[in-house]
Amino acid sequence: MFGAGGGTSSYTEVEQTDVVLLWGSNAREAHPIYFHHLLKGLDNGARMYAVDPRRTSSAKFADAWLGLNVGTDIALANAVGREIIAAGLHDTDFIAHSTQGFDDYEAAVEQYTLDRAEEITGVPAHAIAEMAHDYASADTAQILWTLGITEHHNAVENVLSLCNLALLTGHVGRWGSGLVPLRGQNNVQGGGDMGALPNKFPGFQDVEDPVSLAKFETAYNMSLPDKPGLHLTLMFEAMEQGAIKGLYVIGENPADSEADVAHARKLLDGLDILVVQDILMTRTAEMADVVLPAAVGWAESEGTVTSSERRVQRVRAAVPPPGEARQDTDIIGDLAKRLGVDWGDPTPEDLWDELRSLSPMHAGMSWDRLESEGGLQWPCMDEDDPGSIFLHGWLWADDLEGRDPAPFSVCHHEGPKEQLSDEFPLRLTTGRALDSYNTGVQSGGYASPIRYGDGIDMNPADARQLGICDGDRVRMCSPRGSVETCVRIQPDIPRGLTFTTFHFPELVDINQLTNPEWDLRSGTAEFKAAAVRIERMASTHVNNPVPDVDSATEFADG
Amino acid sequence: MADLFIGDDKADEIEIVAVAAAVGTPTAVVRESERLVYGGIHRRRDHRHLLLPALHGLQNAKGWISPGGLNHVCEVLQVPPAEAYGVATFYEMFRLDEPELGPETTHVTHVCVDAACQIADNEDLIAELEARGAHVHRSPCLGQCERAPAQFHQGIGRHDSVPADTVEVAVRIPQQGDPSLRLLRNVGVVDPTSLDAYRANGGYRALGEAIRMGPVAVCAAVADSGLSGRGGAAFPTGIKWRAVAAEQGRPKHVVANCDESEPGTFKDRVVMEQDPFAVIESLTLAGFATGAENGWIYIRGEYPLATARLENAVSQAREAGLLGADAAGSGHRFDIEIRRGAGAYICGEETALFASLEGFRGEPRSKPPFPTTHGLFREPTAINNPETLINALDIVLNGPEAYRRRGTERSPGTKLLCLSGRVSKPGLYEVEFGTTLGEVLELAGPLTGSGTLAAVLMGGAAGSFVGPDALDMPLTLEDTRERGTTLGSGVVMAFTDEIDMTDVAVRIAEFFRNESCGQCVPCRVGTVRQHETMVQIQAKGSLSAQRRSLVDDIAEVMVDASICGLGHTAASAINSAMALGLLPEGGHDDDH
Amino acid sequence: MTITEVSVNLTINGQAVSVPEGTSIHKACESAGIETPTLCWAENLTPVNACRVCVVEVEGSRALVPSCARAVEDQMVVQTDSPRVRHSRKMVLEFLGSSVDLSQATDLAEWMRHYGADPDRYDQPDLPAERISEEPKIQDDLYIRDYDKCVLCYKCVEACGDDAQHTFAIAVSGRGFDARISTEFDTVLPDSACVYCGNCIGVCPTGAIQFKTEFDMRAAGEWRPDEQEVTTTVCSFCGVGCNLELHTQDDRIVKVTSPADHSVTHGHLCIKGRFGWQYVQPPTRR
Repeated sequence: MFGAGGGTSSYTEVEQTDVVLLWGSNAREAHPIYFHHLLKGLDNGARMYAVDPRRTSSAKFADAWLGLNVGTDIALANAVGREIIAAGLHDTDFIAHSTQGFDDYEAAVEQYTLDRAEEITGVPAHAIAEMAHDYASADTAQILWTLGITEHHNAVENVLSLCNLALLTGHVGRWGSGLVPLRGQNNVQGGGDMGALPNKFPGFQDVEDPVSLAKFETAYNMSLPDKPGLHLTLMFEAMEQGAIKGLYVIGENPADSEADVAHARKLLDGLDILVVQDILMTRTAEMADVVLPAAVGWAESEGTVTSSERRVQRVRAAVPPPGEARQDTDIIGDLAKRLGVDWGDPTPEDLWDELRSLSPMHAGMSWDRLESEGGLQWPCMDEDDPGSIFLHGWLWADDLEGRDPAPFSVCHHEGPKEQLSDEFPLRLTTGRALDSYNTGVQSGGYASPIRYGDGIDMNPADARQLGICDGDRVRMCSPRGSVETCVRIQPDIPRGLTFTTFHFPELVDINQLTNPEWDLRSGTAEFKAAAVRIERMASTHVNNPVPDVDSATEFADG
Repeated sequence: MADLFIGDDKADEIEIVAVAAAVGTPTAVVRESERLVYGGIHRRRDHRHLLLPALHGLQNAKGWISPGGLNHVCEVLQVPPAEAYGVATFYEMFRLDEPELGPETTHVTHVCVDAACQIADNEDLIAELEARGAHVHRSPCLGQCERAPAQFHQGIGRHDSVPADTVEVAVRIPQQGDPSLRLLRNVGVVDPTSLDAYRANGGYRALGEAIRMGPVAVCAAVADSGLSGRGGAAFPTGIKWRAVAAEQGRPKHVVANCDESEPGTFKDRVVMEQDPFAVIESLTLAGFATGAENGWIYIRGEYPLATARLENAVSQAREAGLLGADAAGSGHRFDIEIRRGAGAYICGEETALFASLEGFRGEPRSKPPFPTTHGLFREPTAINNPETLINALDIVLNGPEAYRRRGTERSPGTKLLCLSGRVSKPGLYEVEFGTTLGEVLELAGPLTGSGTLAAVLMGGAAGSFVGPDALDMPLTLEDTRERGTTLGSGVVMAFTDEIDMTDVAVRIAEFFRNESCGQCVPCRVGTVRQHETMVQIQAKGSLSAQRRSLVDDIAEVMVDASICGLGHTAASAINSAMALGLLPEGGHDDDH
Repeated sequence: MTITEVSVNLTINGQAVSVPEGTSIHKACESAGIETPTLCWAENLTPVNACRVCVVEVEGSRALVPSCARAVEDQMVVQTDSPRVRHSRKMVLEFLGSSVDLSQATDLAEWMRHYGADPDRYDQPDLPAERISEEPKIQDDLYIRDYDKCVLCYKCVEACGDDAQHTFAIAVSGRGFDARISTEFDTVLPDSACVYCGNCIGVCPTGAIQFKTEFDMRAAGEWRPDEQEVTTTVCSFCGVGCNLELHTQDDRIVKVTSPADHSVTHGHLCIKGRFGWQYVQPPTRR
């Protein structure tokens, strides 16, 4: 947001904070050990608001769960902002000193009254006000989010609308307060840090910045592209346009994980050459012309990964890779040799030192320190730097350490791209289950007694309306395709919403239904909001019908 | 709150109604609408203390706690089922398996198997009851030793009751009406169900005087009186009250420890049944003196009459403005909640009592920290038993000097003693500290049966036996300590030489084995090993020197390393019985 | 955050010791080079001081004091090897040895020798000492629970509950010698609230709760701890960065733990970190 992409706060801080807004995150299942830190915070007296379309297992720990309509996060955030300003709870000193663009922001959120927000989001107005007041009045407060915020066509605006709240209240840049995106994979953070972004060199140095470019060109003694490359979603567009004819996929399974996956498979099929480097024969690997078997990064290799609190930690080889599997670095080095460049035979430490020489925020993290100090948090500028517990402390410095004040962003509510209709009257959203991971390639390898498996969660009232009973087989259709699955009646999911995980593509190919509309800035598709229709398949009910109770009374009793 | 996972078993209508009657409509989770639910850790914590009342509701409704009933309670109070199950299985009065009871069964008959009843032919009673088709449960001491063998009816679908309570007893206490009585002066004289009668006999004058004096002066008077705790530990009450009064933390609590469970003890029961307003007044006074706004009464589950009398007293006091926002015009908020225990000796230990009241297993906590800073709900708490509390009324009304005129310098005042065993006039007596054991036994009349006095159990199962040579012992804290025994909770139980003391020792050992909470190893295993040794004596007729040293080894670790007083005292009575030669010794092991 | 450290001076076995305020006696002993046996204590759990094997003698205190839970006080005089302490520690170990199977509690065996504990002396030919006597519960592919080995240290309950996982799938039920770790109504684990984080296994000192992999290998006589290596790495299943200790034997992962002193996990993991490694090795990969 205000520069380098990373969560501002350390895990220990959430143990001491006063108010937590858990927004679009089911951390209890998706980030269980982070949730332990959060639980310590709750045990220490922190109040938590969970903002999520579903009353998730995380939301059940919250003092209040606000069940908003899918894709209405900006409307809710803006209403919270407006209410904070209206109640005079914003930090005017901080705003004046450390931010810019407040007036525009204030004007933009003016229309998001509590009543209007209730209309858009479905969350009772008084609860929005309660959350706004609690967040703004707290000594320390954090906003935590995950893919519920980012897997939307307007992901970046969603994030910015939350950042606005922190700027409004001064809940950033100091111990206990912050903005914390929880990373979904073990090295999403590290990948970004290392420059695995189309527009960045390692250390978030911009490829379009001539100074950075010159530094890297000098170091590598060659000219480098000065324009951003393509992110995954653009690559698929390029494949569609025939601009990309060959693809080298390392450790990714797009043939299962892409939104509107049937279409994605078609594009992969149409490539001239598909090279897949992976540890397992994924669906994508099955389609490949060449498969390069690789070592498992965290158990068969030496290196580092970076966590959601910007902590760089060592991974180490515990077992040898089986058969012909080789280290990623060796494969890439050999490939480079075939392409005419000899990078020698660097050790992981050699590679790390190369990074340190080019990425200032990693400069202080010697291999020895990473070994002995149990990881270090960037930025860590030199070997005397203990690393950074939280980011953006400069916002509180008298001179802002010479930086520009942090900007408010004007964001407006749009809602999901795919509107509900008579033909597709239900909202489908997807997410994770505790014991599984992504497309299940790895987590399918053990016999979990709590496997979620095949199935779609539905509100009892919706199910009743469609004559569906718990366990019935159904066909679920979106404008892009249809899948078969069975229904689980779930009172914790509001009417109009359905939910399933994406872990079992072999059972339910759910990404046949999801919406590939994507965010222009992040390239993330709108996995969280498709419009669907559900039809009962078999004529016999598996279980007894849902008792015909007025759904209003179901929520009346306590 | 946890990942609340409730199984498929559902409660039936009877159970749902019973739980609602017990705990009302809790707000541990509030589903305000389809899009807004209030819940979470803090609400869950605030409701946990309702678990024990809810379990009582289930047990009473069906005669057991069914999986569906437990699930319902867990849902309503947001308690994880494994935890609720752990709590329910802690208590003697709760059943977790479906009993084989006929549909017409209205109660289970508990018959006491502890010493006073053991030597009063309780087995004959049990046989007779069983022959009549009663469902008999062998229970630890029921606190009715003066009317041994004791019974208690645990109701199913109706109130619990004690058969002896329905019998009109003309003389409630042997000393009834004696003008020298201080603590028992109202017993049998003043209608225990009427606030007006209590006030007409001087009730609530002490509280009025306390309000006039102010909290500091009240604490000073109690300290100056030399009053010490009457539950057994004899901690100075004034020091305790001052410590809580000095605590700035809020809220603060005063707790009446009415979980009288020490075998042989029934004094607090008589006070609560016959003079309940004195308990309420003195607890209010303690609240005023310590600055506590919450009063709690934790009363053992086997005392239905005392519970009813206290409930009545609280409601009359509340109606009269003696409890509430401005209790008795003190300008101080104070009210009292009554909670029933469910059959666990350990819950008489103050920290175990807190845990139980809070809705957890009644497991003692390590001290320090002490209750004065970390008591009920880990908040500052003064906890006293009824006998201690009612002493304060006299102290405030008449001043510490007058109070000290009775008793001895180091044990001022009077003491309630529970006389039972082979005496012809068993019952509750009030005597000045310093009265000798012989004089007390004389009060209770000649021994019954044809034997001669062999031993007296002082202070209950946690106390010790003394021999006939101790009849000259003045009953004071200092003299009993000097003679290696204790006044404890005021038990004086007489045994004659007709009684097989090995059987008594086996039962005492079994009592501790059954009542150990199981938390610490020395007590959990030590009480079992001790019991096994006593069973060996019973089987072999004597104890070898080798086994004898094992008994000493077990005793030493229980005394030294147990968490709480239960373990510390579990070997005490048995050791004293051995020292007095009451158990056969001198055999040989055939195994070593 | 920085905490102002105030030093406390005490004497342990006649030796002057100075430690920061709030330090436990146990930690103070450690800093003075004095080893203390522990069972229910763990770095990553709140002390429950139930086992009493760590008791010490503190001058002025009538009973012995659990060193794991009691904080040092200025001028405290502590004895860790007095006859009373030795007796209590020996008795606690004997009591446990006479009640449960301690064969996998390797640390305890050494202490039992040290204190001369003789658990067999409670048995009489005609009256054997009562034991816990439970059959192993094997209810899924990940865990086994063998309460014949359970010393009721409460660690698993703490890890499942307030100290880490907040799932409360297991609790202590019953009372006294009959107390057991149990789900509600002894429901099988897959039907309980259990989420298979394995944090109970991570803290169990006696093998009463165990990975099924370890249990099976032990049963087959293939469990060889002396040949095992431990490699610390980072879990791959989300972005939290949990440290994993991969225990390997014959180049295969045989179980996974986490370091108790690491700031990310404090020794605790989730089901994926604890059990998700199985795809790494054959038959999944060849």
